[in-house]
Amino acid sequence: MNRINQKLEKSKRLLSIYFTAGYPNLNDTVTIIQNLEKSGVDMIEIGLPFSDPLADGPTIQASSTKALQNGMTSEVLFGQLKNIRESVQIPLIIMGYFNPILQFGVEEFCKKCSEIGIDGLIIPDLPVDVYNDQYRATFQKYGLINVFLITPQTSDERIRFIDSISNGFIYMVSSASVTGSQSGFGEEQTNYFQRIEKMNLDNPQIIGFGISDNTSFTQATEYAKGAIIGSAFIKHLTSFGINSVDKFVSNILKA
Amino acid sequence: MNYNVNEKGYYGEFGGAYIPEMLYPNVEELRQNYLKVMAEPDFQKEFQQLLKDYVGRPSPLYLAKRLSEKYNTKIYLKREDLNHTGAHKINNTIGQILMAKRLGKSRIIAETGAGQHGVATATVCALMGLECIVYMGEIDIARQAPNVARMKMLGATVIPALSGSRTLKDATNEAIRDWINNPVNTHYIIGSAIGPHPYPDMVTRFQSIISEEIKWQLKEHEGRENPDYVVACIGGGSNAAGTYYHFLHEESVKIIAVEAAGLGVDSGESAATSILGKEGIIHGCKTLLMQTKDGQITEPYSISAGLDYPGVGPMHAHLCKTGRAEFMSITDDEAMKSGLELSKLEGIIPAIESSHALAIFDKKKFKEDDIVVVNLSGRGDKDLDTYINYFKL
Ligand SMILES: Cc1ncc(COP(=O)(O)O)c(C=O)c1O
Repeated sequence: MNRINQKLEKSKRLLSIYFTAGYPNLNDTVTIIQNLEKSGVDMIEIGLPFSDPLADGPTIQASSTKALQNGMTSEVLFGQLKNIRESVQIPLIIMGYFNPILQFGVEEFCKKCSEIGIDGLIIPDLPVDVYNDQYRATFQKYGLINVFLITPQTSDERIRFIDSISNGFIYMVSSASVTGSQSGFGEEQTNYFQRIEKMNLDNPQIIGFGISDNTSFTQATEYAKGAIIGSAFIKHLTSFGINSVDKFVSNILKA
Repeated sequence: MNYNVNEKGYYGEFGGAYIPEMLYPNVEELRQNYLKVMAEPDFQKEFQQLLKDYVGRPSPLYLAKRLSEKYNTKIYLKREDLNHTGAHKINNTIGQILMAKRLGKSRIIAETGAGQHGVATATVCALMGLECIVYMGEIDIARQAPNVARMKMLGATVIPALSGSRTLKDATNEAIRDWINNPVNTHYIIGSAIGPHPYPDMVTRFQSIISEEIKWQLKEHEGRENPDYVVACIGGGSNAAGTYYHFLHEESVKIIAVEAAGLGVDSGESAATSILGKEGIIHGCKTLLMQTKDGQITEPYSISAGLDYPGVGPMHAHLCKTGRAEFMSITDDEAMKSGLELSKLEGIIPAIESSHALAIFDKKKFKEDDIVVVNLSGRGDKDLDTYINYFKL
């Protein structure tokens, strides 16, 4: 059984953290992952940086630009993660835009992921139908879970379809926005969270975008299995460095 | 061979809609409606009327006698430079603003490089009384000050794109992010035959008025509808798509696509995508684009801001791959020389983009009785500073 599924079965109030690989420094990747696991994070999204991250706000744009300047590539990332399963047990997901994966070769990329022990992928600009027609079999062959996004604008019919082709969790984008745009949730969001909760989907949901602190984390996990934090964590790394990861995480998780 | 888009949004293997889920409802709404709306008699009536009374169409098809003499072939210029706002861009913005109104949108966003598409968008927003926000790279804002001023006079808000290389590619990213943040009331007027399906097809259809007119105009001049060659420059490929459209399936008509070689194809400072590009994904479509081995999109270079784009529209990628179009690349120097030549021989100062298309006559020999139609996509007013600096005028 995939580590993602195991984790989803076992935990409530699951915390997943996104960071950009190669930021702040090229070789921080493994240390950040280890520190996150030690701090009690349940799952990690390793961001493969892209020159043109369409769905990201200024924070992740800047970390991506810096990571690319530092020399991060798919090849380098796979090299860094080669022995990651010797020290890290929690589920690891690679999140990246489609073009670098396409250039690497989708099958080759999946193969590498599976060799290393990556559990899933999030590719925001890989359309659902293209995945379904062309790549689903490859992902399955290598035991990788592909995670799809839904937003407040996604129709019920489309959510049902996405649920039917998902085999891990559904990434619920909290509002119509790019990453890092807002913090906290208003009535519009809670209505949307409730609507999805009532749909009783087969796959659990994890809420992302706009979660930055204990309050928004607590709010999100009232309605969903877990929550994903990205921009706020990257800001923390920028200000306090990679050795203060536990401080960030304990602030989020405090009871 | 079919050169038009298929029902899934592809030209051969190129095209599609590689977009984040956040954009899906917007793009899907457009996909479901664009052909229906464009077919409405009421839409067509308003579109044609504006093209005639406001843009000044039909644009003339002009036999350039002295240029023809010099190159010993028959050269016609399709005078898109005479359109209101000085380029072909307005054909598309008129079409899209009418589309936006029918879809009930109240807020318009656009990207621009040199500012031509930004001005054309600001113009139609003023005409229709809609809010207009134009994203423009910080570097382009500095080097295209007159067009920034034009947009402001027309009531648009110009927002600098501060990310990445701060040019056209990044302005496009910012516009897409704006659309993600404003999914309900906003329409994104893309300025070229690029982006996720249905944009390349929609923009091509709005620009296809160019080849529609060439057909009957050439019939008047020459007694035949089809020239031997049609020629256009390619940035994203909207003027080219419009120039080729009604000839795509006319086998006797040869198609020439002219890209910007910048300082030279091998110089590292170029925008010749058909040579330097590889299949990949940019701004929501699969096409040819300039990128690193690792799939990061690279910065192109051309003296002409309108050709300074790292991709080409998916239709052109298909025309290239199938060999339907011959792709040529022209350097800065060759284009500038041809721009000056047209000015001296015909009294027409072309946009530097269009100068690239004119420069092929020095590189390719045509027969004396060939009829070659070159799309003169825009006028040179916006480029005067560049011409002045280049020729020390
Ligand atoms: C006069 C002119 N020609 C050509 C272009 C290139 O665009 P496209 O390839 O979409 O026609 C531009 C773009 O700004 C332009 O202003």
